[in-house]
Amino acid sequence: MSLKARIASVFDEPACPTNREKSETTRKKGCSKPLTPGAAAGGCAFDGAKIVLQPVTDVAHLIHGPLACEGNSWDNRHSASSGPDLWRRSFTTDLSELDIVMGNGEKKLFKAIRTIVERHDPPAIFVYSTCVASLIGDDISAVCKRAGERFGRPVVAVEAPGFAGSKNLGNRLAGQTLLDHVIGTVEPDDVTPYDVNILGEYNLLGEFWFVKPLLEELGIRLRAVIPGDARYRDIATAHRAKANMMVCSSALINLARGMQERWGIPYFEGSFYGIADTSAAIRGICRLLVEGGASADLLDRAETLIAREEAIAWQRIEPLKPRLAGKRVLLNTGGVKSWSMVDALQEAGMEVIRTSIKKSTEEDKARALAALKDEKHLFDRLPPREIYRMLADGEADIMLSGSRTQFIALKAKTPWLDVNQERHHPYAGYEGFVELLKRIDLAVNSPVFPALRAPAPWDEAGRLLDSPDVPVEVVHSFRKFAGGVLEDADDC
Amino acid sequence: MSSTEVRSLSTNPLKSSQPLGAAYAFLGVEGGIPLLHGSQGCTAFALVLFVRHFKETIPIQTTAMNEISTVLGGSDHLEEAIVNIRTRANPKLIGVCTTALVETRGEDFAADIASIVDRRADALGDCRVVLAGTPDFRGSIEEGWSAAVTAMIEAGTQPTARRDPERLVILAPSHFTVGDIEVVRQTAELFGFTPVVLPDISGSLDGTVPDRWIPSAYGGTAVADIETLGAACHCVAVGEHMRRPAEVLNRKTGLAFTLLPTLTGLAAADRFVALLARLSGRPVPASIRRRRSQLQDAMLDGHFHFGGRKVAIAAEPDLLYQMASFFAEMGAETSVAIASTPDSAILEAVPAEVIVGDLGDLEQRATGADLLVSHAHGRQASERLDIPLFRVGFPIFDRLGAQHRRSALYEGTRDLIFEVANTLIAADHHHPTPESLDPLRNRETLHDSRPSPEPRRH
Repeated sequence: MSLKARIASVFDEPACPTNREKSETTRKKGCSKPLTPGAAAGGCAFDGAKIVLQPVTDVAHLIHGPLACEGNSWDNRHSASSGPDLWRRSFTTDLSELDIVMGNGEKKLFKAIRTIVERHDPPAIFVYSTCVASLIGDDISAVCKRAGERFGRPVVAVEAPGFAGSKNLGNRLAGQTLLDHVIGTVEPDDVTPYDVNILGEYNLLGEFWFVKPLLEELGIRLRAVIPGDARYRDIATAHRAKANMMVCSSALINLARGMQERWGIPYFEGSFYGIADTSAAIRGICRLLVEGGASADLLDRAETLIAREEAIAWQRIEPLKPRLAGKRVLLNTGGVKSWSMVDALQEAGMEVIRTSIKKSTEEDKARALAALKDEKHLFDRLPPREIYRMLADGEADIMLSGSRTQFIALKAKTPWLDVNQERHHPYAGYEGFVELLKRIDLAVNSPVFPALRAPAPWDEAGRLLDSPDVPVEVVHSFRKFAGGVLEDADDC
Repeated sequence: MSSTEVRSLSTNPLKSSQPLGAAYAFLGVEGGIPLLHGSQGCTAFALVLFVRHFKETIPIQTTAMNEISTVLGGSDHLEEAIVNIRTRANPKLIGVCTTALVETRGEDFAADIASIVDRRADALGDCRVVLAGTPDFRGSIEEGWSAAVTAMIEAGTQPTARRDPERLVILAPSHFTVGDIEVVRQTAELFGFTPVVLPDISGSLDGTVPDRWIPSAYGGTAVADIETLGAACHCVAVGEHMRRPAEVLNRKTGLAFTLLPTLTGLAAADRFVALLARLSGRPVPASIRRRRSQLQDAMLDGHFHFGGRKVAIAAEPDLLYQMASFFAEMGAETSVAIASTPDSAILEAVPAEVIVGDLGDLEQRATGADLLVSHAHGRQASERLDIPLFRVGFPIFDRLGAQHRRSALYEGTRDLIFEVANTLIAADHHHPTPESLDPLRNRETLHDSRPSPEPRRH
């Protein structure tokens, strides 16, 4: 299938609520909005594909293109691995001018794959295409097929060159690649009625490990967490799970739906952010497993565990509540977090003054509205100048967002916390929510901000403002000697 | 807050001796040579420590007291030493620092020196001899430093009522580095002042390569400036241990002083700059306002790395106060605060529970802290506890450039924020593991005392 046809197919997503609401003709156009040159922000399709696939820990990720694609972007995410660290190594063919002019790309790619096999002997290699490689017509799929045969292991072509579209498109193309080339290629011999997959969980900072022991305590087996801390073989056998949970991410919806179509695996969408959401997610997994033939007492055991964990979490949140009560939050994330975070923050007694609904689906928007009651609390995009004004004027006590808007808050001398991919703390599950609140507490109550907001003791021209706390002897010296008055200099 | 207890054992001392602190101050005088009145070893150990810290030749001499002179009295040794130093090195000032040995024996050093100066006036010429009583059995670097500065003012400064509006006296604390003094001087100069810094190690211990061999300290506060110290518009004393010299200066010359406990941190720097603006009657120059803004940005970028961190500090009282205040302002908690000596009033102001102790106490109490702050001897505790050490104060013998690191005023605080944050970032080599995050672990400790998981930074 050509790239164009594949892009059209990933965008024709029957499970996508936005897509369902479109007319037949608009649906055919796909949902990639044309970018405005000079006013575009955000990653490309290659970026999106790599984000989804790169946390697979034992796979060598080889980027076929000139240096910038990989050289400027590697080692920038904080997924955690419980075992192999091959995924953190950066591999690229680093196409040179000569390679491009002479058409050496394919040969170089094949040699690069061979070198990786010789040096690291990974169970599989993912080869990512890039704009230049696509432009000069390197047939990555053919090279991967040949290399796979030659080296006796899967070599998977991930065809999502940057110019194909947005980051979200790349996410979906990556999901499609797993569906077409990885999942279902290995038959497991240890299937149980309690096998589940978690899709779209990145295990940032290891945060899924806050959740995993709870599921395991219920006897639930995680067949594959895609992609966080995954091994290639986990993903290859994922088609034998009894249920899929899709985590807060419309990015991999085509993967969930595709697995339902091909292997009859039911799925639901849920989130591990916030206490209520975590409980709902555990219930959701158990419900699907019971419907699929697991013993019905799983539901009761889940309720017992949820009650226990919620009680513990609230007990730990209690001392934080007085420090957080009434703090006003500007939530500038978008997508699913537009509502899932709102619920979580309100649970802890904070007030969400506005939430962004950019990148949110109609369903997301409805849920955000339900949580915040009034349309005026929702916004699509705020220009940086407006965010700065709101924060500088003290309309919010803290902004939660991704690192792109970090400096708007900081330059407005307002606390800020990263709640997106580049953050440095784990927030999933009950434990993670307590951690999130601790981090908000540290940020919103940091003594740095009042100190920074206190005006300098002088005006804009540096002229001293009257300050009453000057020691008497200084005032004395000042009166006597400032401006060159030297009444007793002649004495000696 | 502070608490003291009687103890019989010091494990891994935090203190350096008082005569070392006094000698350090005398090294900040142009043509100054410290003379430790004690046995040879008193000087040798101090000398070695200075050399390890500064990587420079340090001119310190000894009266080389032996068994007989100790029994019979040391004034002959003192006289011989003073005359010999004068002949060999031609210094402008000899700073006599007493030690525990001679103080325990007990002699009237002041009278001895007066008589020596009188009797050997020809040999001594214009060389000043100043006495600081600094027995090792009391105090530490700050006390010794303070005693030496007090002695120099007491002995050298002429009474005066003259007030020179351009001259500003800055009494520098012992923890000021060459870099700190340069920053403070430049800031004062921007307001049109000619600052007289005492002691001024920036001219003598700043690590330069002169074009000839000079056996005494070169650079530093001029003896002539000490004599006319009172002829200034105001005196700024930094650190509680500079209160006594400032008071003596005030008593002798009537010069008013302002004591600023620290110059580290936004508010402290603001106080100093506002004071200069008031004294000079000039507006705050744009270049200083620019640096203030740089510090503000450093605070914004840095606070992520400080928030919620626990810091264990062991230092001299004023330095302890400076560091604990700094960490408090950045949102970190000083969970352990250990002072080298008990007597400073500043200990009451330290934003933490202070105990007087040693590096053994630091090691015992610092478990669970994210950062140790002490001088280089803290490295053993750092290794054993696997907690990074941020080096401050004296001695720092296992890192280069200690004399040029800054913590004063806007640029110093900015540097300090970055250095501390980088130390924390560099120490972050623990990747999260399933075990470290397992919510079912340690269920018996449910409440908030459970540590947060290690943050990961790039």
